[in-house]
Amino acid sequence: MAKDDVTKYKIDCYTLPAESNWANQTRADALSWLNQNGLPNGREEYWKYTNPLSFNSSKPPLKNEIDPSYKKPIFDNIDCVKLVFVDGVLDLENSDDLTLTGLEIEPLAKANKNEDHWSLGYFGNIEGSSQKVVKKTLASLNTAFAVQGLTIKITDKVSKPISVVYYHTDQISEALIHHVIKIEKNAHATLLESGGISSRSNCVMELSLEENASLDHIRVQGRSHERESITYIFSNLEVNSCLKSFTLTVNGRLTRNEYIVNINGENAKAHVGGAIVGDNGFSHDDTVFITHSAPNCESRQVFKKVLRNGAKGVFQGKILVKEGAQKTDGYQISQGLMLDEDSNFLAKPELEIYADDVICSHGSTCGEIDPTALFYLTSRGIPKPEAQDMLVLAFLNEAIDEITSNEIKEIISKRLLDWMLKRHKS
Amino acid sequence: MLIINNLNVELEEENKKILNGVNLEIKPGEVHAIMGPNGSGKSTLSYVLSGKDGYNVTEGTVSLDGENILNMESYERAALGMFLAFQYPVEIPGVGNMTFLRTALNSQRKANGKEELSAAEFLKVVRDKAKNLKIDADMLKRPVNVGFSGGEKKRNEILQMAMLEPKMCILDETDSGLDVDAMRLVANGVNALRSESRSFLVITHYQRLLDHIVPDFVHIMAEGRIIKSGNADLALEVENNGYSQLLAECA
Repeated sequence: MAKDDVTKYKIDCYTLPAESNWANQTRADALSWLNQNGLPNGREEYWKYTNPLSFNSSKPPLKNEIDPSYKKPIFDNIDCVKLVFVDGVLDLENSDDLTLTGLEIEPLAKANKNEDHWSLGYFGNIEGSSQKVVKKTLASLNTAFAVQGLTIKITDKVSKPISVVYYHTDQISEALIHHVIKIEKNAHATLLESGGISSRSNCVMELSLEENASLDHIRVQGRSHERESITYIFSNLEVNSCLKSFTLTVNGRLTRNEYIVNINGENAKAHVGGAIVGDNGFSHDDTVFITHSAPNCESRQVFKKVLRNGAKGVFQGKILVKEGAQKTDGYQISQGLMLDEDSNFLAKPELEIYADDVICSHGSTCGEIDPTALFYLTSRGIPKPEAQDMLVLAFLNEAIDEITSNEIKEIISKRLLDWMLKRHKS
Repeated sequence: MLIINNLNVELEEENKKILNGVNLEIKPGEVHAIMGPNGSGKSTLSYVLSGKDGYNVTEGTVSLDGENILNMESYERAALGMFLAFQYPVEIPGVGNMTFLRTALNSQRKANGKEELSAAEFLKVVRDKAKNLKIDADMLKRPVNVGFSGGEKKRNEILQMAMLEPKMCILDETDSGLDVDAMRLVANGVNALRSESRSFLVITHYQRLLDHIVPDFVHIMAEGRIIKSGNADLALEVENNGYSQLLAECA
């Protein structure tokens, strides 16, 4: 099928909603960008390792077996403001009361009908302007048509984490979700996301961190083996702001997580990380693009993938340091741990630097479990499978350590351990 | 306790013969020392006994308390009471020393049909034993051997030995990289574990460790076999005359 046809058929699956003038305009702009540039294909530089075919497809998603053990959300024991999505649709009945000091949450569809909502100037804008360098037309598709999602404005230091929980109940569900989040000056929030969204999902998050604002974002992507999901996090960071985002992915047929981080203000920090465990026909892609436009800023990328049974892990990470972004400290590490010879890890670290006084380092490794360490553990009486688990967890720990909260760190480690124990039984 | 009978071993990848018919019997409570020049097969012997991959046993048998151990995995041998104190203890970032020790101890207890120790019980025992070896709380908390000095690593090996209470302890060049004080501390740790039911095989290049851990028997190893055996005086002979004279005598 020609590229134009793929795009046309995909667009035909949706209808543009009628909302406020500004929202209508934003959606029309996104649609026109999508029409001009078309959906991605495997010949494009950033789609060489992951085939976009199923994201582009206008056919319904493949039928999905839903893992019943996934019913209990991972962050259930944390005191938080909970928002529930079922198969990609916001379920206010089962969500918590949204009133909390320092927090304004509204459904996207409602916000977009408001002619002078605060999200005017954010919705579709952070995404749209971030696409100038590298096209992200699946995100344009999302901006044009997504009616599900949240607008979240943080005006103060919020006492409880905001927890967005996704439930996946329909075996062939498809979802477009779009969140717009603004952290105002001096405000702070913790945002948790957990669960499998739907059989196939396209999720965009636009983040704006104003002066001195900070956000801790921790995401746990569902355990279902069959889900296909693409996510984009577009973020603008102003002076002294701090973004920390971590993703745990366990299984899924196809996952592509993109981070587009624009560091626009001095002394800002962006840390993005991921721990990924993949098995059996799994394909997981982390694509990160961090732009340093201001001096004295710091960015970190830490991604660790454990792969077995023919799983594929992809990492594409770029640090762009613009002229004038002196004293930039950029760090990037991506590592693949192969538990057998059938799996693949493909990494493409990129640095593009136009300032002459910066520290930028990158590393990428791919290997198997260290036999010497394994022998050391087993020589002390630890059975081989357990010793292997210890080394796998140790490997992932460097990424999990990127999480600030010890409580959440422990929850994540425990989830991983459970997964490994279950794996031995199966 | 340990009976090694005509042990022949080659490297799996290179088909290179390393051990050429080692014979050795260690009775309960005995301390044996093996000395020998570089490349004589001492470390290989320790690895083969503890079950490291990469070696082919082409001939011979090894039994521990009457059980043939050559077909066992290393963790099964450990549960049976085999312990190797490594020449180069392995650094394992991301695995806490305490977690490691507790998992090891409880795995062995489980394998031997004993109840696992609770976190509190374990903590009490480990603190007590660590104190004797001058291992502080910080060392216990850190990842296994990461950032440890040479002396700390060797003390950590002895701590593991004290915790796991093996029957058959192999010490592979435990003195390497230690200063005099550290060596004494380690030797005291080992001596404290000597008992009628526990045996030791001490592998070393130098006689000086044997001043502190006095062996019942000393064996000289060369070219993959034991060429001479004797009492503790044999170690002094090596110290005074070097290996070359001995090798010439036995050739």
